[in-house]
Amino acid sequence: MSIRPLILAGLDGDRTWRLQDYVARGGYEALRKIIKEKISPDAVIAELKASALRGRGGAGFPTGLKWSFVPRAFPGDKFVVCNSDEGEPGTFKDRDILRYNPHAVIEGMIIGAYAMGATRGYNYIHGEIFEVYQRFEEALDEARAAKLLGQNILGGDFSFELFAHHGYGAYVCGEETALLESIEGKKGQPRFKPPFPASYGLYGKPTTVNNTETFASVPFIIKMGGEAFMNLGKPNNGGTKIFSISGHVRKPGNYEINLGTPFSELLEMAGGMRAGRKLKAVIPGGSSAPVVPADIMMDCTMDFDSIAKAGSMLGSGAVIVMDETTCMVRALERLARFYHEESCGQCTPCREGTGWLYRVLHRIELGIGRPDDLDLLRSVAGNISGRTICALGDAAAGPVQSFIKHFADEFEYHIENRQCLVPLAVQDAGSQIYVGQSC
Amino acid sequence: MLDIEIDGKAVQVLEGSTIMDAATLAGIYIPHFCYHKKLSIAASCRMCLVQVEKAPKPLPACATPVTNGMKVWTRSKEAIQAQKGVMEFLLINHPLDCPVCDQGGECQLQDLAVGYGGMHARYREEKRVFFNKDYGPLISSEASRCINCTRCVRFTAEIGGEMELGQAFRGDHAEIMTFLGRAIDSEISGNIIDLCPVGALTSKPFRYSARTWDLSRRRSVSPHDSLGTNLIVQTQHGEVKRVLPLDNERLNECWLTDKDRFSYEALMSPQRLTLPVMREGDDWHAESWQIALAFVSSALRNVVSEQGGQALGALASPHSTLEELYLLQKLVRGLGSENVDFRLRRSDFRSDDVRTGAPWLGMTVTDIHDLNSILVIGSFLRKDAPLLAQKVRHSALRHGLRVSTVSSAAEDWRMPMSTRVKVPPARMVSILADIATALAEKTGIPLASNLMQRESVKADIPGEAYAIAEELLNGDKKAVWLGNFAEQHPRAAELHLWAQEIARLSGASFGFIGEAANSVGGYFANAVPSAIGLNARAMIESPRHAYLLWGAEPDLDFADGAATLAAMTRARLVVAFSAFDSPALRQVADVILPLAPFSETAGTFVNCIGDIQSFEASTLPHGEARPGWKVLRVLGNLLELPGFDQDDCESVRAEALSGGNTRLDNTIGDVPAAKVPVPNADTLQRVADVPIYFADPLVRRAASLQNTADAALPVARMTQVTMETLGVKAGKKLRIKGSTGGVAELEAVVDENLASGCIRIAAAHVSTVPLGHLHGELTVERV
Repeated sequence: MSIRPLILAGLDGDRTWRLQDYVARGGYEALRKIIKEKISPDAVIAELKASALRGRGGAGFPTGLKWSFVPRAFPGDKFVVCNSDEGEPGTFKDRDILRYNPHAVIEGMIIGAYAMGATRGYNYIHGEIFEVYQRFEEALDEARAAKLLGQNILGGDFSFELFAHHGYGAYVCGEETALLESIEGKKGQPRFKPPFPASYGLYGKPTTVNNTETFASVPFIIKMGGEAFMNLGKPNNGGTKIFSISGHVRKPGNYEINLGTPFSELLEMAGGMRAGRKLKAVIPGGSSAPVVPADIMMDCTMDFDSIAKAGSMLGSGAVIVMDETTCMVRALERLARFYHEESCGQCTPCREGTGWLYRVLHRIELGIGRPDDLDLLRSVAGNISGRTICALGDAAAGPVQSFIKHFADEFEYHIENRQCLVPLAVQDAGSQIYVGQSC
Repeated sequence: MLDIEIDGKAVQVLEGSTIMDAATLAGIYIPHFCYHKKLSIAASCRMCLVQVEKAPKPLPACATPVTNGMKVWTRSKEAIQAQKGVMEFLLINHPLDCPVCDQGGECQLQDLAVGYGGMHARYREEKRVFFNKDYGPLISSEASRCINCTRCVRFTAEIGGEMELGQAFRGDHAEIMTFLGRAIDSEISGNIIDLCPVGALTSKPFRYSARTWDLSRRRSVSPHDSLGTNLIVQTQHGEVKRVLPLDNERLNECWLTDKDRFSYEALMSPQRLTLPVMREGDDWHAESWQIALAFVSSALRNVVSEQGGQALGALASPHSTLEELYLLQKLVRGLGSENVDFRLRRSDFRSDDVRTGAPWLGMTVTDIHDLNSILVIGSFLRKDAPLLAQKVRHSALRHGLRVSTVSSAAEDWRMPMSTRVKVPPARMVSILADIATALAEKTGIPLASNLMQRESVKADIPGEAYAIAEELLNGDKKAVWLGNFAEQHPRAAELHLWAQEIARLSGASFGFIGEAANSVGGYFANAVPSAIGLNARAMIESPRHAYLLWGAEPDLDFADGAATLAAMTRARLVVAFSAFDSPALRQVADVILPLAPFSETAGTFVNCIGDIQSFEASTLPHGEARPGWKVLRVLGNLLELPGFDQDDCESVRAEALSGGNTRLDNTIGDVPAAKVPVPNADTLQRVADVPIYFADPLVRRAASLQNTADAALPVARMTQVTMETLGVKAGKKLRIKGSTGGVAELEAVVDENLASGCIRIAAAHVSTVPLGHLHGELTVERV
């Protein structure tokens, strides 16, 4: 099967983010087709369902199904919101989509709004990539000038306003209800669900929140047809997906491949392991996905179901590759610190538990761990997961549970011997090389 | 109805109920911290996690809606494990300083830790510490004890009407604080002390003074505003240590105003009178009750025998009990006088001749919940009746009640307002006439014939009157309320008449908010003059030879403090009955008899909806102070008056209530229009509010309340335009002259929430007494 990108295709030119450039690549054809042929919203959603497109933000929820939840008969405003609050360690695909192909997202949002009868949309962009926000505002201006947004889009009877909104960098605002709170001007804290945004979302109105990449895929689905899109991947895992590969590979970066491509192929595309070292472990779906040891990972294909079978999740597609020079205690300590810093503080298990996890891990890393620390970590992580308002608690507990499960020997060694199992000299040697000679 | 099974018990609940609601119904307790029946659901403490059939993980009972056929276990292994897990998290950063914590003994965290906490701490890292915040004189903060339940935050936003507190920062750095370090200014702020499930927010006046388990609890009734808030008075060694709300869904729910909560501090004020004191020339000396009462009875006899009964006048505070007011009027009438009144701050009594019953709210308090539209006339609602304001606010926020108001000042009521009309006091009657005329026009119902020809009925009606008329025609449940400012207005009877007409034309109920705890009870006790008697104003305008002054201070509790002081100073005999000493009392009185305040006497208050609420003494009287009804009873005996042989407070009450004066009715007959004086161009009309913490002798001496922003020194408030016309600048001292020549020096402050041509100066403060009447005209000079 040949690997052909969709969203990232043709982005190696100059100023690919301009409307003109996007149109030259076939942009807005899908929207024109819908308006011109008066394709019904139901037909659009049916196409989405046929494509087996699953949410690209992390949870992998079928997009067509999500869109069909919106009560279309609801009188008054309905919203579509794009979640570009990409803040998970390891993930950097939405940034590149917005940076080089913003009109794909805009077109996808317009189509989504059309399908769900929304009148307004917001794109919530992570606060720490401000220049991307500015570029998106420019793209919106271009789209408005070209009558692609606003009243009577392309002369049809559909009207839609789209706005950009930037956050201030809180990871929790990537949680959809915290994101909605943040747009409303409140402190970014997740809401308790139910009610779900589909019935009670932004300003209490029915709202659909999708990831940047999800929206960016929509025009391609409409253009090529749902089934063709699905066939790029495999059943239940339709289309292509962008993977952000980071860590100990020769050529880290964003790679758009068909879902179902073997991991080994992806690793090869990324130049293979740097300095020819041995693969130790992979976090396949962003920092909150459980870690997968090398041997299991090498047997996986890159799709939702295969990764789930391996005990992890595809998540946002952020593949963090770690080689044999990595100390897993230190790696986990760094992840735990992130979740400690980013817990919103609203509900007890996450507010108190993430700090506890970090402090214990920090202690182990410093060589002052205690014999019962691993049991304690397992227990605390267990008390967090499944007990919180949003998934941040699970995200904080998941890495702890999986690291200890797969690399218990390293943790035990660290506690007993007050030093790393991976000799410091090896770690130092590893951390000095960032990019292999062959690049 | 939905069927649900909790811990094997089957219950039926209404659609939309949560598991917590169902558990309450089934009598099953689910541990919780952030959940509170009166606040929105946060679902953040996670203590109420329970096991639900088919749910993959435990769910919070407070936020999970019941579905039909749901099965819930609150004490299963899974549920208990989740609850214990949460408890451990709550405790890891909690100081566990229970032995020195004021909340000890009534702490939800402490109580639940007994059931759900572990024996040993697994957390051996450093605990998080926060700096304490300064929330002002009433609330003390121990920030490290906070468990971030955000009840206080939700209270300020949802009940108080303004988000005064917030949770700043993230994760375990998250802490509760005010915005920009401000104090909490709400008049119902003390409720967050009750709401706080731990010792993070405690009462500043109470803290470290007693252990809660050592306190006795007595039911009582608030002596302050007209709502009749139910209290739990907590005492130790014969001293009131703390006041808490007693749940009463019909009145105060579970809330308390700060005035009710903290005024107890005055009970032990250094100004408490503990012995009768008598004047001898310019000197005062303490006396026994026997001698003092013998003096009083003989002096009263002398005045009455020499000058006749009508030479005597009795003026009582509307904060007195029903029994006191009843025996006082009985005593005065026994001495041959009809001069008795309790409406001390009123100046227009023309409605007395045409009233049909005791003026009251005209509706129940719980009905506020269902109102569609309300018009509040002449009221500083939020400060005069904080909990009524809270109910209006709640209804406005949650149920879309449309709130309109007409007054001379437009304060922030912290609620959504539909229409706000500001007019100078002199235009109050005419704006009500305009509204009535607009209503007549809109409904096609003609104005009442007695009102049709009034000069205030004119052809050109301002748009704002139409706007209010429109509001009042919305929906089918409507109310018109007259506030204290309207009651104290020089043409109050005409305001009453027009409000009655507005209510008739719009199909609204109408009534009075009422100034004090016994504003209705005074009528029940018949402590009002008959047709031949003098009312409060007349007793001052045509001075009496002798006054009985009951529970009121001559300078601060009257419509015209200066005139009252003058009249009483000239009187031959002034017998003051008071719980507190004061320079003004010493100036006018010949003898001051120490009264027991509400906490030391049995008594009854009749609230604004006519609830007759009796209470017992919470403590013994302080020093030689005595319950008022006993003092009057003995005095009646000494004067050999008939009918003063009651054995207990109950029999006084029964007698008072059998007098046929207990009819609640706001209806009045016709009141002729007063001649409208032409406003003097050189003077400003005074808008006098009675600040919440100056309103009665008790609260004036509550030390902590006197340190709040609401008890700030009176200033002269004017709009910028008025200031420019006068050529004065904000922040400068002004010399303000009353119509009778009295002078006060006050700081000028810009206040755009005031009608033009007005100057707002607070009443009930010694600094503004020389200005005379609440509604006088004032001239302003620069100092």
